[in-house]
Amino acid sequence: MKVPNNTNANGKKQTNNKVIIKIKGLRKSFGENHVLKGFDMTLYEGENLVIMGKSGSGKSVMIKCLVGLIAPDSGYVEVLGKDISTLNQKSLDALRANIGFLFQGSALYDSMTVRENLEFPMRRHQQKLGKVTNTEPLVLEALENVGLAHTLDLMPAELSGGMKRRVALARTLILKPKVILYDEPTSGLDPITSKEIIELMRTIQKKYGTSSLIITHDVDCARVISERMILLVDGINYAEGTYAELSASKDLKVEAFFKK
Amino acid sequence: MAVATEALHRTKQFFIEIGELSTFASRFFKEVIKAPFEFKELLRQCYQLGVRSLFLVGLTGFIIGLVLTLQSRPTLIEFGAVSWMPNMVGISIVREIGPVITALICAGRIASGIGAELGSMRVTEQIDAMEVSGTNPFKYLVVTRILATTLMLPLLVVFGDLIALYGSALVENLKGNVSFQLYFNTVFGALSFGDLIPATVKSFFFGFVIGLVGCYKGYNSKKGTAGVGLAANTAVVMASLLLFMVDFIAVFISDIFYEL
Repeated sequence: MKVPNNTNANGKKQTNNKVIIKIKGLRKSFGENHVLKGFDMTLYEGENLVIMGKSGSGKSVMIKCLVGLIAPDSGYVEVLGKDISTLNQKSLDALRANIGFLFQGSALYDSMTVRENLEFPMRRHQQKLGKVTNTEPLVLEALENVGLAHTLDLMPAELSGGMKRRVALARTLILKPKVILYDEPTSGLDPITSKEIIELMRTIQKKYGTSSLIITHDVDCARVISERMILLVDGINYAEGTYAELSASKDLKVEAFFKK
Repeated sequence: MAVATEALHRTKQFFIEIGELSTFASRFFKEVIKAPFEFKELLRQCYQLGVRSLFLVGLTGFIIGLVLTLQSRPTLIEFGAVSWMPNMVGISIVREIGPVITALICAGRIASGIGAELGSMRVTEQIDAMEVSGTNPFKYLVVTRILATTLMLPLLVVFGDLIALYGSALVENLKGNVSFQLYFNTVFGALSFGDLIPATVKSFFFGFVIGLVGCYKGYNSKKGTAGVGLAANTAVVMASLLLFMVDFIAVFISDIFYEL
């Protein structure tokens, strides 16, 4: 079921059609388990695109293909105008400097303080930032964006789940990426913290004008943040449209996502 | 029939494991000579894996020295050969007992520690986060740890040997009224380069094996948190087994040199 879409959540026509991410015919199998069976997707500049699917439907596999963490079996993956499959390691690393990735479990480095966690990508992407001698102002700015400037010298083990997610978000922001990929940004969080994280994602998008690709199975998160949605079912993009369009659908598979 | 099939399966798995370990080792040799070099992380690992093992190695060495001397003493007295005690203890500790016991202690402490640490980093997507940050996780996590264990184990062996000899000297001082100076003069007089060089060389290989197995098990950890425990456990078992195999090969080769 395809719902042609060129409107955002507010019903306004999208004017900016610069493609940030393009996927065509993406296939990935793990042995006999065929996870993605020809998935297609396009993310436009400044857009918040939500991809919803059941657990194990291949959402995380798809998002990992975008940053070269998993190699697809076949299909075309283009990020910021570059075909991922043709990039060597150096070019891939340079491209990754423009992609923020918020991992499902925050993925903060346990052995490093919050400061070191944020400094880590800066030291690794010096070709983008130049030789940064004083990292403190950049680290503080990123932490202030998520309201956690006071956690600078704490270890990740000393932070709550919500705080970890915020620090991880600050770490993705430190390189000022053009696109942020969110892998289940609200999973494992209580409803209040989830709302805070969603609000933070919206604030960041407004402030930096980033494009966002959000993988989630949280309907509330999708409703609040999505401008467009894709439902990933049986390895393909089963349905596409705004939240309002999809939630009104009478298709049984689509309805199943929105049933309370 | 079922037993034979199971035995065949296990044998096949064993050779697959050896093949994968060899591939992992060859990747280490490729990466270790390539820039950038992670000196800071290497120093940190040398401290974590080497300096922090000093107490355990020292205590074990001290007890081994005490026990070896106490148990050998009655037999040597019976044969009127108690004056050979420093020679016997010195040579046996330096050539065999010191390196093997230190390596086994380190296999228990270091290989399991590395296996659990890298395993949990894999499970919590920290390794993926590192890759997205533009860092080669193999170089940053694996190469530094294997180098650190390879460099630190010979130093730990020397330290353990000295403490073990001190333990032995203490027993001789208390029970046989032998002065520490006389004891150590006799020990060092009995030792030749033919004793020291093979022991030192095999200690490097022991360190390499411990680091390699710990990293291999942790880096390839799967199946969630259960996989982390399994990685730590199997790292110790596999490292200990390989240590004895390396020891046999080292003794076999040094024996050929002795005969020449």
